[in-house]
Amino acid sequence: MHNMKETMKKVTGYHLFWPLVCLGVVLLFNLIKTPSFFQISINNGVLYGYLIDVLNRSSELIILAVGMTLVVASSGGTDISVGAVSAFAGAICVYALGTGETYRMPYLAGMLLAVLIGTLCGAWNGFLVAKMKIQPMVATLILFTAGRGMAQLVTGGNILYVKVDSFKRLGSFLPHVPLPTPIFVAILVVVITTFVLRKTALGLYIQTVGINAKAGKLVGLNATLIQFLTYAFCGLCAGIAGLIITSRIYSIDANNAGLNIELDAILAVALGGNSLSGGKFSVAGSVIGAITIQALTTSLYAMKVTADQLPVYKAIVVVIIVVLQSPELKRMFNTVKAKRASSKQEGWWHNG
Amino acid sequence: MKSEEIVLTMRDISKNFPGVKALSHVDFTLRKGEIHALMGENGAGKSTLIKVLTGVEEFETGDIHIAGNDKCIVNRSPQEAQVNGISTVYQEVNLCPNLTVAENIFIGRAPRKLGGIDWRTMNARAKKVLQDLNIEVDVTKALENYSVAIQQMVAIARAVDISAKVLILDEPTASLDESEVEKLFDVMLALKKKGIGIIFVTHFLEQVYKVCDRITVLRNGTLVGEYEVEKLPRVQLVAKMMGKDFDDLASIKKPVEEGKQSKKQEVLLKAEKLASLGKIKPFDLAIHKGEVIGLSGLLGSGRSELARTLYGAERVDEGTLTVGGKKQSVKAPIDAMKAGMAFCPENRKDEGIIADLSVRENLIIALQAKRGMFKLISKEDQEKFTEEYIKILQIKTADMETPIKQLSGGNQQKVILGRWLLTHPEFLILDEPTRGIDVGTKTEIQKLVVKLAGEGMSVMFISSEIEEMVRTCSRMAILRDGVKVGEIEEADISQENIMKAIAGGDEHA
Amino acid sequence: MVKKLKDKLQGNNFLLMITIVLFIALYIVGIAVFGEKNFGKPQVFFNLFINNAGLIVTAVGMTMVLITGGIDISIGSVIGFTCMLLAWMMEKKGMSATASIIIVLLIGTLFGLVQGILVAYFKIQPFIVTLAGMFFARGLTAMVSTEMISITNESFLKMANAKIYLPILGTMNKKGHLVYPYIYPSVIIAIVVLVIIFIVLKFTAFGRAVYAVGGNEQSALLMGLNVKRTKLKVYVLNGFLAALGGFVFCLNSCGGFVEQARGFEMDAIASAVIGGTLLTGGVGNVIGSLFGVLIKGTIESIITFQGTLSSWWTKIAIAALLCFFIIFQSIFAKLKAKKAA
Repeated sequence: MHNMKETMKKVTGYHLFWPLVCLGVVLLFNLIKTPSFFQISINNGVLYGYLIDVLNRSSELIILAVGMTLVVASSGGTDISVGAVSAFAGAICVYALGTGETYRMPYLAGMLLAVLIGTLCGAWNGFLVAKMKIQPMVATLILFTAGRGMAQLVTGGNILYVKVDSFKRLGSFLPHVPLPTPIFVAILVVVITTFVLRKTALGLYIQTVGINAKAGKLVGLNATLIQFLTYAFCGLCAGIAGLIITSRIYSIDANNAGLNIELDAILAVALGGNSLSGGKFSVAGSVIGAITIQALTTSLYAMKVTADQLPVYKAIVVVIIVVLQSPELKRMFNTVKAKRASSKQEGWWHNG
Repeated sequence: MKSEEIVLTMRDISKNFPGVKALSHVDFTLRKGEIHALMGENGAGKSTLIKVLTGVEEFETGDIHIAGNDKCIVNRSPQEAQVNGISTVYQEVNLCPNLTVAENIFIGRAPRKLGGIDWRTMNARAKKVLQDLNIEVDVTKALENYSVAIQQMVAIARAVDISAKVLILDEPTASLDESEVEKLFDVMLALKKKGIGIIFVTHFLEQVYKVCDRITVLRNGTLVGEYEVEKLPRVQLVAKMMGKDFDDLASIKKPVEEGKQSKKQEVLLKAEKLASLGKIKPFDLAIHKGEVIGLSGLLGSGRSELARTLYGAERVDEGTLTVGGKKQSVKAPIDAMKAGMAFCPENRKDEGIIADLSVRENLIIALQAKRGMFKLISKEDQEKFTEEYIKILQIKTADMETPIKQLSGGNQQKVILGRWLLTHPEFLILDEPTRGIDVGTKTEIQKLVVKLAGEGMSVMFISSEIEEMVRTCSRMAILRDGVKVGEIEEADISQENIMKAIAGGDEHA
Repeated sequence: MVKKLKDKLQGNNFLLMITIVLFIALYIVGIAVFGEKNFGKPQVFFNLFINNAGLIVTAVGMTMVLITGGIDISIGSVIGFTCMLLAWMMEKKGMSATASIIIVLLIGTLFGLVQGILVAYFKIQPFIVTLAGMFFARGLTAMVSTEMISITNESFLKMANAKIYLPILGTMNKKGHLVYPYIYPSVIIAIVVLVIIFIVLKFTAFGRAVYAVGGNEQSALLMGLNVKRTKLKVYVLNGFLAALGGFVFCLNSCGGFVEQARGFEMDAIASAVIGGTLLTGGVGNVIGSLFGVLIKGTIESIITFQGTLSSWWTKIAIAALLCFFIIFQSIFAKLKAKKAA
């Protein structure tokens, strides 16, 4: 009995327990509502099915959530410019490659340029937050506003199409590979990030600065540099996400590419059990959070909810999560518990 | 003593925090029109007494009487205390800097006209209230345009205008310069004339002897006594605060151990005219290998600031620092660490522990930072180090992955100590390492300090407890009001000498 | 006299002054460059108000929220929802314009109430709360209808298109008739809201409490102000203003569709910031926000008059201004801190 309780405590105490429960609930819901959700078929040598679709569609969200996780962890703030930066990076890539029958410059160079632009945008945000000490939301509001404008500047306000076929591969399939490419990119980003965080002390540094920047400085950390790096990295992730978004539709629509995706990325971080006030973080949690959001989206689509109505359900999920996480609720709960305990004690006193 | 002269009595006040007796049967009496200093070192219970009085904390036993009210009063909040005529002005001014001076005096009770705020009347009244205290400022300007001193006066004006009988000034002078302090004293004397009782919490002896009528001294949560200022010489006051009777002390001399005595070792670190603006005035200090140098002075004397300046935690504005014969520019703590320094900060919770991280992570963080980001200490080594230090320092923790916030204060402090020992420093700075820690751990830490020095490490030891300093230090530097005023060599270290040095100006002795 | 002026220019008034000067400068540039295209005509100036009446109303509400140190990013969605609901009730349900307007105002207030409770009493970060609100309202809009609904209700259109001629600043047109500049009722609503909130913030206990809470929440509490209730009231009032802003916006657009007013909250925040409101709370002024809106409007007009510059230059120009103001404020704050120390 006691052991059981201990085990339970250990299980529920595991940092990915609640994120996994959330994902489980969504999947269970599907199992009952739309059993076909779990079918996977092979067509023309590639895999099809809702599950594959969830993973595929969540790829860019996962990539952004990874970057956002580190930004939240190090600064206790959010980068609201990632959607606009993705659009800008995508626009740069398309512009660089050109809309002709052949590329204007090597495909790889175009991609690198886009990622570089993303990183520069992130570095600018990082400069404002870490060095100028501007609140993250305000600092990133600048690029949030300017990003799409600059993207439109690059595209001349038109939707630009890339005609070369190889451009589609990043957003769809590589030859003879049964899984969509974005999944591999997302895995690559997650694995490399995790590797760097594990093999260097960066993960520890980020948490330390996020939890107690003063103590961090006294043990010799450069809090400014660390925060700056997380923002630059977040920009890099936005650049990569922008490439995938662009490649999916082999075009760039500066107004709509990655629209509102920053909000989903923040939500993914929160759903992953990460505190939005910074400190300890789990990249794996954010990945699960991103998949949960996409699973929820896909299952609602499967239930004929339109894309426009989707936000209502998302909002309800957000409110439930944040209210459950709110320290005030815990305090109220504890007061009730304490009152009950004290009345119990009094009862015992009278009996005795 | 006529009873109608008394405005406030607190009788037999007790208050416990988990594991600590914060106040134990404390009495306090305040008379009409007097300035009454409340003194004591850290943990003496001054702030708890104030909090109990102002309703920030509840108390367990005892009662509080205020003139004009036959019944005992119990304040449950600062607002309630205010209604009962007790107002407080804190060191960090609790006003809104973005509002005008007048508003800060009247917000929540502003004069109205036609349902709206009557700015003209409010400004006129604010001007009058301040003029009564001899302060001439433009009341329509935002408070943030004025110095902390003026802001404090505005806070006092607000308190007084809400019909205060008792005014508590909690370390109001800590961030004021001399002329500002003078001005504050003028205001205090003006209020005194009006018959308001003032409780003045401060660490500056000079100031106590300048304006106060009486002194109540607390120590370790108990009342030491209430004294009239003229009848209590400075050295006696320091002795009371430190918990020793001066007359007893005079006869105690520290037995000087054989062999330990002044075989002057080589100089490890030398500060020349080092200073940090507004924190510590230029000082010279040499630290030898294997010595324990104590920094003594009352709270706010600059003892912590001196240590922080050496370590690069405060900006160095002038002067030079030489470590091991080489000039060293210390711009940030990491530079100091690379030069072989380590620093245990005074405020463990705010600057020491990284609350959500595990004991292991808290232990290795400094060594990791010193090594650099790319040279991660392997998991095995991390665990080995942690195990080792848990054992050496006898840290009581469930396991090494327990978040440090779940440990007791003493064990947290040991982890922080371990964090720095792991970096194998040549010079270890300990700022109040034994504060808020149980007696057993205290002794352990003191022993450890002596042992480390024996092994050749130089240690700087800062503590409010003189006994502890006498026991552990081999040389001492004395600070007063941000100035290093002298040094005491090993042979002369005694409680008596230290207190004399701290108290300064001997006219009362 | 000079000293008095200098005093006035100090502190946070200084930020406001810069905004006003900038607006005048921009406008003069506009007149200088596009004078022959009639940029100098009074009507161009009043068009700034006509085109941005909804933004003025919401920017005023936003300013109030920002002064408490909070934020509300649900505003664009609430406006979208308001327009859609208005159109749907009048067109699909045949309800009267008056009833519809009252209902949307009530819903907006209720919306603000829920957000206010979550922010003030559950102490959840305003950004997250209103992010959920943003999703929720936008989704609801789509639930009402995914099709665009145009308003044909006569009394509503009458209200929308009633030209009110001003008895001042008449100009001769080409035919030699004297024409007076006109405005619409939406402008009057915007100005009335502006004046009322200005008075509320300056002359009521509630208004001063708003500043106190934003200046230092802890102090406000110690000075006996009810911080939670003040915050709640601000969000409720802002919810009402968002709905009212939506109605005013609808007077211009005369219809509802799902994507309407997307990102409008950022325009409101940008206007407030350009108008000298600090996002850290405690400092801000609705007059400044009005000028923030006018600056945005002027930039848009200049770009329209120029003819060849594309619309995205508006975004870039506003972002550049925003950037300038944010960095300027940051340096300003640092200087102030240094002076205090």
